[in-house]
Amino acid sequence: MSTDSLTKKDAYLKYLLRLADDRLILGQRMSEWCGHGPVLEEDLALANISLDLIGHAAALYSHAADVEDKGHDEDHFAYFRDDDEFTNLQLCELPNGDFAFTIARLFLFSSFSYFQYTALKDVKDEQLNGMMNKHLKEIKYHLRHSRDWVLRLGDGTEESHKRMQDAMDELWMYVGELFYMDEVDETIIKEGNAVDTSTFKDEWKKLVEETLTEATLTIPDWEQFMMSGSRNGMHTEHLGHMLAQMQFLRRSHPDAVWK
Amino acid sequence: MSETVLHTEDQIWEYLTEVNDPEIPVLNIIEMGIARSVEIVDDKVIVKITPTYSGCPAMNAIEQSVRDKLHDKSVPNFEVILDYSEAWTTDWMTEEAKAKLKDYGIAPPEKSTNDDDFLTSLSSTKIVPCPYCDSFETELQSQFGSTACKAQYFCNGCHQPFEHFKCI
Repeated sequence: MSTDSLTKKDAYLKYLLRLADDRLILGQRMSEWCGHGPVLEEDLALANISLDLIGHAAALYSHAADVEDKGHDEDHFAYFRDDDEFTNLQLCELPNGDFAFTIARLFLFSSFSYFQYTALKDVKDEQLNGMMNKHLKEIKYHLRHSRDWVLRLGDGTEESHKRMQDAMDELWMYVGELFYMDEVDETIIKEGNAVDTSTFKDEWKKLVEETLTEATLTIPDWEQFMMSGSRNGMHTEHLGHMLAQMQFLRRSHPDAVWK
Repeated sequence: MSETVLHTEDQIWEYLTEVNDPEIPVLNIIEMGIARSVEIVDDKVIVKITPTYSGCPAMNAIEQSVRDKLHDKSVPNFEVILDYSEAWTTDWMTEEAKAKLKDYGIAPPEKSTNDDDFLTSLSSTKIVPCPYCDSFETELQSQFGSTACKAQYFCNGCHQPFEHFKCI
């Protein structure tokens, strides 16, 4: 796609959908823990964080629908797009694995989100600006919670340390995509409504490295092979299965309403 | 053909005091800081509300309760708008509201700080006094409680579990 063919409106819609898709997919994925948490408090925590993320996605989709201006609502974006139309990070769609894997992923994502939203809270679009400020307050809770667990499991028993290390090792090739940017970002950065991810990459790496070190974990190789493509609809095999489950009821009864 | 406006802004605010938060029924949506503004443009009443926590499932119920209330009060022409432009903060809860929360058994939120030192304060935990016995000998059990807005604590003074309205 050439830059000429990408209008500002299309670019903004894509930008908002990328933000929203990350949150819907991770929220939906983590909600699978509901009723299966290792302890009651953790069950509630994971369900609450999922709910926050789905709430963030709903607000962003609803704003995307206003920008798109085709009469869609947030449900359209969640339920009536196929996997190759989703632009969430592959990191967000991976199966939950064990508790360590879920927490490690949440830590990597929340810490990224924290810097991303901190940078976005001064954007020009008043509605997006308000959302970012609001969501950021909640993301801080997610980051604090997941970081506490990374420390506790990493610096815990031999078993918990091993599982947390395995989780980080396995997740590492999905973190390269966090900082991916293309003409969508470039267009919207010029409009004052997007953030250049390279501006906070070093800070994010520092937080991750400090946390892993404190948790007595080995920092995997930043230069290793990294996955890519999700911002343009390339996904792992896991997303389709998840969407099938999430979307089938809505698609079977497309006009149904709650009574 | 000018029709007299039946309801004043003050009256609408009065009606809104009758809409309670479904999860914390001792508080109404004004005390919670959810109802943000009432405007009457021509003869249309525009009420702006803002969500507390993004994932709060009570929000749809609250929006519907506002509609029902205005309908019950025979307000003929109204619109309820969900406004995101300003982020809700527990600082918008009135002192009266915080006192009611405490009486209800929920430790109220303290004043929010602007958290510039968030990253350096990642490991610290704050002390929340028990809403029942005012003891400071309390411990955090989980940052996430029965609803998105509450954390779970336990009081070692009176041996009661209690909830704390998180400060955002």
